[in-house]
Amino acid sequence: MFYREAGQYKTTYQADMSIFPILQDRMGLALIITAALLLPLFAGEFMIASVMVPFLILALAAIGLNILTGYTGLVSLGTGAFMGVGAYACYKLSTAFPAINILVWIVVSGFVSCSVGVLFGLPSLRIKGFYLAVATLAAQFFLQWCFVRIPWLYNYNPSGAIEVPSRTLFGLHVTGASATPTTRYYIALAIVVGITWIVSNLVHGRVGRSFMAVRDMDIAAQLIGIRLLRTKLLAFAVSSFITGVAGAMMVFLWLGAAEADAFNINQSFILLFMVIIGGLGSLIGSFFGAALIYIMPIIVRTAPESFGLTIGAATVEHLTYLITGALIIFFLIVEPLGLARLWQIGKQKLRVWPFPY
Amino acid sequence: MSFLYAILIDPFVQMAGAPDLLVQTLWEGLVGGVLYALIALGFVLIFKASGVFNFAQGIMMVFAALTLVGLHEKGVPAFLALALTIVVMLALAFAVERVILRPLVNQPDIILFMATFGLTYVLIGLGELLFGGNPKNMITSELLLPSGSLDFKILGGLVSLQKIDIAAAIIASLMVAILAVFFQKTRIGRALRAVADDHQAALSVGISLDQIWVIVWFTAGLVALATGIMWGARSNVSFALEIIALKALPVLILGGLTSVPGAIVGGLIIGIGEKLGEFYWGPLVGGGIESWLAYFIALAVLLFRPQGLFGEKIIERI
Repeated sequence: MFYREAGQYKTTYQADMSIFPILQDRMGLALIITAALLLPLFAGEFMIASVMVPFLILALAAIGLNILTGYTGLVSLGTGAFMGVGAYACYKLSTAFPAINILVWIVVSGFVSCSVGVLFGLPSLRIKGFYLAVATLAAQFFLQWCFVRIPWLYNYNPSGAIEVPSRTLFGLHVTGASATPTTRYYIALAIVVGITWIVSNLVHGRVGRSFMAVRDMDIAAQLIGIRLLRTKLLAFAVSSFITGVAGAMMVFLWLGAAEADAFNINQSFILLFMVIIGGLGSLIGSFFGAALIYIMPIIVRTAPESFGLTIGAATVEHLTYLITGALIIFFLIVEPLGLARLWQIGKQKLRVWPFPY
Repeated sequence: MSFLYAILIDPFVQMAGAPDLLVQTLWEGLVGGVLYALIALGFVLIFKASGVFNFAQGIMMVFAALTLVGLHEKGVPAFLALALTIVVMLALAFAVERVILRPLVNQPDIILFMATFGLTYVLIGLGELLFGGNPKNMITSELLLPSGSLDFKILGGLVSLQKIDIAAAIIASLMVAILAVFFQKTRIGRALRAVADDHQAALSVGISLDQIWVIVWFTAGLVALATGIMWGARSNVSFALEIIALKALPVLILGGLTSVPGAIVGGLIIGIGEKLGEFYWGPLVGGGIESWLAYFIALAVLLFRPQGLFGEKIIERI
């Protein structure tokens, strides 16, 4: 990545405002997307089904939370429950109207989650900081209680779980037991890339700037003419839309069946880790964070075997906790602004290499 | 109409109809509230002195209880185990100050908050690695804590109070009293209050922040140990107690993040409120509302007083 950008002149305002102003960055992005598209040709089933699909879905949920916490500065501990709203809405809708395309329902369930999110976002106008974080716990526990206590939500299924029905798209199974991991991977990839693109436009525009103004100081933002109620609720709406879609994808494209416990408080915490370790207010950071927090435990679990050591499953589980915690602290101390910031520093260092000023 | 009756009138009719049950429910709420208040107290101590919203307080409680029981299981006599656990909590305080607080000094609140999340994971992993993940029974009798129950015949019924609950209430009040004296009368207590008021001013009159943080985290560790013993005696010692520890958060914001009396009053309100709610209103919606009622009570109070009942008024400047 020892690239130079000499000779790349911006001759229009549009070129100046573009998100990737440097040619090499655009080529890098194209390379990453091509690599993601070609991955199923080389990677095994485990890699696709248990690493890449969950990674994409969690990264999407992290983006959703990042809109709220990273861009607008409203700390939320209820993300897991909003994912659950998306999942249950998608399940209800797709079982009630099986004829309609499942992708439509995944998006519509995002809107259901969106309206619930706005409802629980209302107190954010008066309550701030840690007080708001605890208030969002109300959403977390209340919604989780609903998922258990309202049998209508899981169609009176005696097991209390939602099971994904089989659905096809252009003759291919995309959900349910007969869908291949590769199909599910491509669907997830398409949705994640699409939403990331939309969000990237959103946060670079007027709306994103008003979010950041509210984050930096909400009273000052109000003074320069940003309507707080609308902006904060919009942040809640966008955020819970995305987490809702991610939740629906989590059940339909990854897990296949889920109980209310899949959306518990730990899920919310893990997403918050991803956002903070990845970098608050950074889209690429959400991907980094999801990769680190989700993929690292997998490595920790499989590493002893590759060294020929045999450790009991329980011990590995405990070690995973220990190492995850230690790494969180380590990364916070090394770079409190997250992996995205490290990435930026690294890029800058390479740009001026070998003559750092 | 009947629905309104069921919500607004029927629960009170039930209360008046069976006062002994009401007293029993109130008592259970009271004890639960005292224990919530103790966890919240640990939070408040640390928040006041270092501005850290210590998420790990609940886990410290489980970790302390687990260390105590685990050491006893390995053959250490009960009171020696207690002493050793106190030493462990002291070591933990030193480690937290050295490894987490010192490198992260002057970072934004949320970063410190996240660091205590990391601490939570480390403590869970460490505790389970050393002492196993199975729920354990608290060594109640070895620590000379009473068990069994006292039965009173009042109000035409039988009210039964667990002796361990009475002990918990007494120990909690003692602890709050000792802390209050410690804060008001001793040299270190004054230094703690100075640090809570203004870090820089405290530094400039020669108070060592590092030392104060160790003391505060150690005190919070002791509170956690006492709470852990009490909660452990009521149910058993396992990391499932973490969910109970989360209940301390609404207590905390209800009372105000910086107020010790707030933590106590908040704990009692939440404890009694959720028990009454669960017992009299819970059956209307299928039960189990205890899991979220506390948060809604706190949310309702916050809507009217954003800084909590006893918190310092939030003044914002541009």
